[in-house]
Amino acid sequence: MRDVMVVGTGITPFGELWEHSLRDLGIRAGMEAIRDAGITSSDIDALFVGNMAAGRLIDQTHIGALIADFAGLAGRNLPTVTIEGADASGAAALHHAYLSVASGLHDCVVVGGAEKMTDLPDPEVTEITATALDQQWESFFGATLFSMYAMMARRHMHEFGTTREQLARVAVKNHRNGALNPAAQFRRPVRPESVLEAAEVADPLGMLDCAPISDGAAAVVLCSAERARRLPGPQVRIAASAQAGDTLSLSSRRSLVGFDATSVAMERALKLAGRSRKEVDFAEVHDVTTISEIMAIEDLGFVKKGAGGPATASGMTAPGGELPVNTSGGLKARGHPLGATGIAQIIELVLQLQGKAEERQVPEARVGLAHNVGGCGATAFVHILEVA
Amino acid sequence: MVVGIVSYGACIPRYRISSEDIARVWGQNPPLIGKQLGVFSKSVPSSDEDVVTLAVEAARTAMRRSPVAGDMVNAVYVGSESHPYAVKPTAGIVAEAIGATPNLTAADFEFACKAGTAAMQSCMGLVGSGMMDYGMAIGADTSQGAPGDALEYSASAGAAAILVGKKNLIATIEHTCSYTTDTPDFWRREGQIYPQHGGRFTGAPAYFKHILACGRDLMKAVSTGPGDYKYAIFHQPNGKFPLRVAEELGFKPEQVRPGLLAPEIGNTYSAAVPLGLAAVLDIAVPGDRIFVTAYGSGAGSDAFDITVVEAINSMDRTGPSAVRSMIERKVMIDYATYAKLRGKITMGGASR
Amino acid sequence: MSGLAGVRFWRETKSRYNLTGNRCGVCGTVFFPPRPVCTRCHRESIGRMEEHKLKGTGEVLTWTFVHEPRPGFEIQVPYILAMVRLDEGPALLAQMVDCGPGEVRIGTRVHSVFRKIGEEGKSGVIYYGYKFVPD
Repeated sequence: MRDVMVVGTGITPFGELWEHSLRDLGIRAGMEAIRDAGITSSDIDALFVGNMAAGRLIDQTHIGALIADFAGLAGRNLPTVTIEGADASGAAALHHAYLSVASGLHDCVVVGGAEKMTDLPDPEVTEITATALDQQWESFFGATLFSMYAMMARRHMHEFGTTREQLARVAVKNHRNGALNPAAQFRRPVRPESVLEAAEVADPLGMLDCAPISDGAAAVVLCSAERARRLPGPQVRIAASAQAGDTLSLSSRRSLVGFDATSVAMERALKLAGRSRKEVDFAEVHDVTTISEIMAIEDLGFVKKGAGGPATASGMTAPGGELPVNTSGGLKARGHPLGATGIAQIIELVLQLQGKAEERQVPEARVGLAHNVGGCGATAFVHILEVA
Repeated sequence: MVVGIVSYGACIPRYRISSEDIARVWGQNPPLIGKQLGVFSKSVPSSDEDVVTLAVEAARTAMRRSPVAGDMVNAVYVGSESHPYAVKPTAGIVAEAIGATPNLTAADFEFACKAGTAAMQSCMGLVGSGMMDYGMAIGADTSQGAPGDALEYSASAGAAAILVGKKNLIATIEHTCSYTTDTPDFWRREGQIYPQHGGRFTGAPAYFKHILACGRDLMKAVSTGPGDYKYAIFHQPNGKFPLRVAEELGFKPEQVRPGLLAPEIGNTYSAAVPLGLAAVLDIAVPGDRIFVTAYGSGAGSDAFDITVVEAINSMDRTGPSAVRSMIERKVMIDYATYAKLRGKITMGGASR
Repeated sequence: MSGLAGVRFWRETKSRYNLTGNRCGVCGTVFFPPRPVCTRCHRESIGRMEEHKLKGTGEVLTWTFVHEPRPGFEIQVPYILAMVRLDEGPALLAQMVDCGPGEVRIGTRVHSVFRKIGEEGKSGVIYYGYKFVPD
């Protein structure tokens, strides 16, 4: 396996992008990444696209081919593939793109994530995101993605005394971070009281505990280290790309207060990167709900199980804290266009590691971690990126 | 050949609406309306309850309390006027849910409020003839009266299942007879949500004529008089008719009251007489003789002469499955909630 | 909705109606929903998974009160979803009915009832199955 570098990034704003179709967004992010990398489209060997649900959201499958075509690359007969791992599709696409370059099969690839969610009414989107759960034994009985996290939140509160206020602190922090991110869907802070008073979604979680419905796309260009030497710009290396899985249904799991898939993916990633947790300077984690971030910092081993709530309340994960988490605003404030999220996380890592994160820059960021979860924890990816 | 009841079970939804609440919505005199009808509250099925679910719960109780295994049930007949499907049998679903499939016969019955007793008679015939060992007869309904109509005060929901056989009996059925005519007192046309009725025509020429004739035929056939029975159960479209018809036949109110559930849960239609019978079987002792006469609009009556036997003492008739506990385990709801649960609110989206 | 929409749910009728799971003939672990292979014994369990009907009794592991439903569940809003640990071992997710949020706690003893789960619109097939009520 050879070293793989991220040499270019491109991202659309996330949000309700009424004027733009999925293909517009995908192409825009991809073109920007190519331009940023300082390469031309003729340098690209393959296109990988992470997308969860275009087949249901916009009745379109074959997203890789669609984007390659409208990016004008069809004439090159470029290989493309769409990769699905629920809302970890972005990280899944990155993982496979990484493997293709690391293995030597490809030298330079574009990997994007895109989702167009606002073409359907909210209840239908709720149904579609719930397809990531076990359709026959969970969704069928009325489960939604957020209801699963709500049940985990209640159990977490029961076992560890985690409070509603501690959950709210996650949303407050991520909104504050999102306010500093030009690509974020919500660029405004929220007060803790607003989180507590927001309309209920699935109690104990309210509207402001949950990631929004978003449109958006993000793309990065990956190159082999040799190829990257010929390119300008500060270089960022993918030190680890790791995945772990678990049972599809939450009811079959060992634990209702965390994801084993996250813990295992983390161990694998640390081993691949040859690094320890202490060396990680900041992280983007899958805060699809506020409890998700609390469980993530526990499952990733940054705090012990059950200590995520108090750690958040203490400011450990805030900017300037011991481990800044979701400086981009996270899924909560940056937005969560399902398949795009995993790539958007990587872009935040790259910007931070290149020192280009402006107002939200983590000082002396050398090692960053991205954690992307599919559905309710049946799939987890951990990527570790570092300054080359 | 002695045929009788092997086991029985009931199901009454948990929600109730008071007649006063309904009267208030339609500008009627709230305290008066309950007294006029003799119905003070009625059972309301939740949005996830229908004839199938009520029938399954009742049948499961009957099975649990009997020594009979699911695959020993040779027939399931469900009588109702509110089967959830116009075409696709409730009985097949019930049979599946009690583990009786696939080697049995099953069908849905409809005869207004007496479809449950018609199912009992069919089971008796099949068992009595030796064609089968056990048959499950169920009366179940989630009936609807049009908003504002007099029926709205009484049309309610419930189910009772009677497992008929000739072995392991808790009660024997000495005799049954019926009385059937073509009488347009109450009907619901295909595709219509609410029934229509002939107002006062539902009284003398309908309910009273058929029950009186059928009840007298029964007593004549078995040479009994009202004094021979501990209990008498009549169809109960309201709380008044059963007491009046009983009096005309010579029964006393105390014979009728144990099986008279309409004042508290309304008219459960096909379930009304089977539920009344279940309530009486809950408290009966060996030797008790029970007089039963059902009535279904359209119109007809089925009468039964039942005697409780020793084995009833070994059946667990207490606890949450007892009819009395189900009546008492109630949650009162207001008209708005009732309208929501009964689908009287027009929804958008997928629930349309 | 297609007339075939109900078929994929019909296949699971036995488990939905009667809580029929299965049990590994090697190690005795009970599964619900039934699994083709034991998660502990793997290949050894092939051909040795036995049908096992669950009693439908258990306790609440966790629960939520759903306010933002999936399409088809609007009329029930707000509804309670619970994770129930059945006495035989497996946990499952189901709705809780005939109770308000004040009557459900982690540890509440529950038993199954037969209810309508959903339908393919007003003209489509109706789905029945288990829900739970507090004891």
